[in-house]
Amino acid sequence: MSIARSAPPINIRGIAKRFGSVPVLSDLDLDVASGEFLTLLGPSGSGKTTLLMILAGFVRANAGSIDIGGEEVITKPPHKRNIGMVFQNYALFPHMNVFHNIAFPLKQRRTSAAETAERVERVLDLVQLQGLADRRVDQLSGGQRQRVALARAIVFEPRIVLMDEPLSALDKGLREHMQIELRSLHRRLGMTTVYVTHDQREAITMSDRIAVMNKGRIEQLDQPETLYARPRTKFVAGFIGESNFIPVECRDGSVWYAGKKVHTASPSPPSGRHLLVVRPERVRLAVDAGLVADARPGANANILDATVRDIVYQGDSFICYANLADGQQIALRDYCRSDVLARLPVAGQPVRLRVDAEDAILVADET
Amino acid sequence: MSVRPAEFGSHGLNAGALRADARRESLGLLGLCSPGLALVGIIIVLPIGWLFWLSLFDESGQLSGANYARFVEQASYIRTFITTFEVAFLVTGLCGLIGYPLAYMLSQLPRRAASICLIFVVLPFWTSVLVRTYAWLVILQRKGLVNTWLIDLGLISQPLPLAHNFAGVIIGMTHIMLPFLVLPLYASMKTIDADYLRAAMNLGAPPTATFWQVFFPLSLPGLAAGVVIVFILCLGFFVTPALMGGGKVIMWAMRMEQTTSLYSNWGAGSALGVVLLAVTLGLLGLFRWLLGARAANVWGAR
Repeated sequence: MSIARSAPPINIRGIAKRFGSVPVLSDLDLDVASGEFLTLLGPSGSGKTTLLMILAGFVRANAGSIDIGGEEVITKPPHKRNIGMVFQNYALFPHMNVFHNIAFPLKQRRTSAAETAERVERVLDLVQLQGLADRRVDQLSGGQRQRVALARAIVFEPRIVLMDEPLSALDKGLREHMQIELRSLHRRLGMTTVYVTHDQREAITMSDRIAVMNKGRIEQLDQPETLYARPRTKFVAGFIGESNFIPVECRDGSVWYAGKKVHTASPSPPSGRHLLVVRPERVRLAVDAGLVADARPGANANILDATVRDIVYQGDSFICYANLADGQQIALRDYCRSDVLARLPVAGQPVRLRVDAEDAILVADET
Repeated sequence: MSVRPAEFGSHGLNAGALRADARRESLGLLGLCSPGLALVGIIIVLPIGWLFWLSLFDESGQLSGANYARFVEQASYIRTFITTFEVAFLVTGLCGLIGYPLAYMLSQLPRRAASICLIFVVLPFWTSVLVRTYAWLVILQRKGLVNTWLIDLGLISQPLPLAHNFAGVIIGMTHIMLPFLVLPLYASMKTIDADYLRAAMNLGAPPTATFWQVFFPLSLPGLAAGVVIVFILCLGFFVTPALMGGGKVIMWAMRMEQTTSLYSNWGAGSALGVVLLAVTLGLLGLFRWLLGARAANVWGAR
């Protein structure tokens, strides 16, 4: 089966939704490209699930437009939208077996018995559940239920598939396995997919693009690599991955920290207080001999004097918590390679830290 | 392995002490249960056994099966039996027809509205059955509210026979039995996850198909529970048929009352009680067996 030939783009314009007087979504625009895997990522209450419910037609927006492949669907009832959906708790019908669950959308479309049997068979093959058609839903494991839910959502070859935290009920190992599997299934079928999660690692693993949502707005919409390397706001930097936030002063187009000029990759900011975002794994222990990282300052490197507070060993890596000269805390993460371990400082020891200009990002201090 | 299963655990460290501890615990549990067991024995098992014992003696005090032979020999007994089941089936059916939409509406209302509406279901439930039955008499009799209105509106010229007959019994009992069906049904409908309905709609089912193919099957366990309760309560119901039937509708419990208080024939009355109990238990068993296959599907998934 292939969906790609007809996978339409989704153009969302000006969606607003209030629950009572509480605004949940405010004037939201979003374009999902044809065949794209787009993830809505955000904390609970950010409006990501509400947006998905509006897309599926379960929640009526107060304003806005949803255009799917040139067709306005905002007032269409859910059963006429032809959108597949995987629910967080799977919502498999408990009074039907696997076959009848998957055949349900085909039955609604008056598909012949022979074709239904054939398509159910094919989609069970696709999600690797051959031979389980007669099982009752309560006889399935969590991972199998997940696959049945997925099979039911794609068996009628919908134009668009929505997924509402479909992996959150699985344990860690299975979740990571299913992430890869969902990703490759999407590559094979090529349906336009909107995926909702609060798990930033999951979003980064699976998505073509990620829309980070906060308080009913999209804070940043970018490819995972860009989102991680160039967060545009403090919220995005804090929500995706770990971050050090160092308060800095901007004057005359330059950035200053503790009386020293800081080299950053960001264009000259307006004057005022800003935050310098540095990922822990981009901070390096600087040793004068140059074995770990060059300690000489230059146009592309910032060198910071610090005192080690604590070192936490985590097997594959370690985290070093240090205090800068003015007491500002900074975390550093590195892999436990033998050359690094040999020179690992101890608590209380003064060290020099190196942050390359391209790893130092400026964001507005929103507090 | 050198350890044989027989030795394993039975001669291990502290095995004897642990066994004794387990025995002490079960004895303790039995001790805690004993007041409850004694109560059940005294107020249920003993009286029912006594009832059964009484039913085996005829009026002269001789051990005989005469009390049971009467059920086949006397036409009035058979008629009572049939009437009882007629009423029970009709009332249960009507309760289902009225109660299901009511419970469905309650389950779909927002929480505040639902709790207010529930009060209207539960309030009559707390009022005495006697009071409610007399109220129905007042409403339904020849010169009651219903007939007066219908005549005043010119819809009928003669008052409808609504009280002191079969129709009256059915109306009164349906009203009194309704909460017994609505409450378990409502409770079970509330547990149906809205995501099932969303999933059905999302997969292309229009609202009616969603209701019949998803909501209704999932509400069947609650409906079955309500139906069984109502049906069994109907079989033994006394007050309403006695008052609303005007002596024309004789149900099982009324026959029992007649034989004991009017004819003082305790043996015959006991036999009636034993038969009612046996039929009720038999029906419960049948329900369980019939629902068994479906219930495994619907209930097992919860």
